[in-house]
Amino acid sequence: MTTAAHANPADAAPALSIRDLRKTYRGGREALRGIDLDVAAGDFFALLGPNGAGKSTTIGIISSLVRKSAGQVRVFGIDIDEDFPRAKAHLGLVPQEINFSQFESVLEIVLNQAGYYGIPRRLAEERAERYLGQLGLWARRDEISRNLSGGMKRRLMIARALIHEPRLLILDEPTAGVDIEIRRSMWRFLTALNQAGTTIILTTHYLEEAEQLCRNIAIIDDGRIIENTSMRALLGKLHTEAFIFDCEDRIERLPAIEDAQVVPLDDHSFEIIIDRDRSLNEVFAELSAAGITIRSMRNRSNRLEELFMRLVEAND
Amino acid sequence: MTERAAYGTLARTRRQRYLTAFTTIVIKELNRFLRIWVQTILPPAITMSLYFVIFGNLIGPRIGPMAGFSYMEYIAPGIIMMAIITNAYSNVVSSFFGAKFQHHIEEILVAPVPHALILAGYVCGGVCRGVIVGALVTVVATFFTDLGIHSYAVTLAVVILTSTLFSLGGFINAMYARKFDDISIVPTFVLTPLTYLGGVFYSIELLGEPWRQLSLLNPILYMVNAFRFGILGVSDIALPEAFAVILGFIIVLSMFSLHLLNRGVGLRS
Repeated sequence: MTTAAHANPADAAPALSIRDLRKTYRGGREALRGIDLDVAAGDFFALLGPNGAGKSTTIGIISSLVRKSAGQVRVFGIDIDEDFPRAKAHLGLVPQEINFSQFESVLEIVLNQAGYYGIPRRLAEERAERYLGQLGLWARRDEISRNLSGGMKRRLMIARALIHEPRLLILDEPTAGVDIEIRRSMWRFLTALNQAGTTIILTTHYLEEAEQLCRNIAIIDDGRIIENTSMRALLGKLHTEAFIFDCEDRIERLPAIEDAQVVPLDDHSFEIIIDRDRSLNEVFAELSAAGITIRSMRNRSNRLEELFMRLVEAND
Repeated sequence: MTERAAYGTLARTRRQRYLTAFTTIVIKELNRFLRIWVQTILPPAITMSLYFVIFGNLIGPRIGPMAGFSYMEYIAPGIIMMAIITNAYSNVVSSFFGAKFQHHIEEILVAPVPHALILAGYVCGGVCRGVIVGALVTVVATFFTDLGIHSYAVTLAVVILTSTLFSLGGFINAMYARKFDDISIVPTFVLTPLTYLGGVFYSIELLGEPWRQLSLLNPILYMVNAFRFGILGVSDIALPEAFAVILGFIIVLSMFSLHLLNRGVGLRS
């Protein structure tokens, strides 16, 4: 994966720095009540929150689509109040809603976006081929955009956001309504992009997505940041862990495991929730004693969901 | 942070980048209305042909000469100007409102494009359509009457300035518009009546008072007459006065458009 020449040793500023950010919409609705947030350069950062919590408002302010009521936003050290054009040059935005012309071709959309950033045509064409190719859209470059599937439209917005090779890419629910195969291919693409040096901020309602991709996380609710830590530290707050077991034979009766909760999933699988300190050997011994043959086992990966719900409910 | 770092390996001056951004907006606008030429270029040619047939061929001979020219010759510049005004206005109002409605105006808003450049790009698109339609209607007019050009400089200047003025008007309309109905109200209830009363079909010298004085309040009268001077060499309005009015409106509407863009009216919440 090729990205911009991002490395600038002299530049130690965070990719995004927000201080006391406030937004009150006309009519008095307070969407942001004083947000402080730092996202380090090179991070893969999750910004989570329930609907209406203030995620899109925050992203809107950073990208100039929403006017802030108060506070400060810096992108790689550049205050948006002082030099928004220069700050914008570092930003790529993949919005929640489809927002390209439905009457233009895939290639036109991407090349026009490059033009708005002042990128000369020849270079724009090279980059368009690269990013549309990486996202599986090069063969559809002459297609009118309204004929694309939902997943292709989402990928087109990612290609468009990358055409000026931003150092900070903000994705607002990029995989909403996308099937699992395309979602996973987008995860691989974003992971590679991040490894190549692009800072990524992701909002999503698929908490499994955030858990798999992001290193740091902030949870926003009712216009306030209620949690801001590393993914590892946040998940460490869970005292229990859940495992899914797939059995060789049909389960006639659920096994009783000491100090564990066993939840049936279907005819051949169940979930066991145990204390994080407990040895799995004991669990396997008890399952063997119960005459159950395990074919496979996996960690349940939506642990974040439990924490998320806990934090949001505590904030109500 | 250097400009180079902001654009990866690409080092370009702001002026170069702004020029690319401006040409991108203009070419996008050109492509938009040329792609749908059956809706944008052809209808004015047909409509204006009907004006020439009805008012020039059928009714004109009964009216007789006006200002020393046949009626067909006299109304031809006004009809061409009417097409220019309508098309410059409708190009910008429909394009900019469409971009707002489909949210793809956000593509430009998130990019480092100054507001003046956004305005200039859309206005230039409107001017291009005004000029193309004006040229086409002029060709149509030559099938009905012999049109000479009295002053190329005046003709060209009036076409470009008038297209600019009405492109700005369309832009302001699009900024305020919230639904598709809003982009047809001004053309229907303001633009069309003012055009018909703007001396397209008659000389205001034929009007009695107070209608003659009231006509002088209509800005379109100045454009139609300045254009008629460019084509025929006759005008009800002194040329410097006509240019002063057109330029005055352009300055006021430009400043107002920029003010709306800076405030983000209808664009930013």
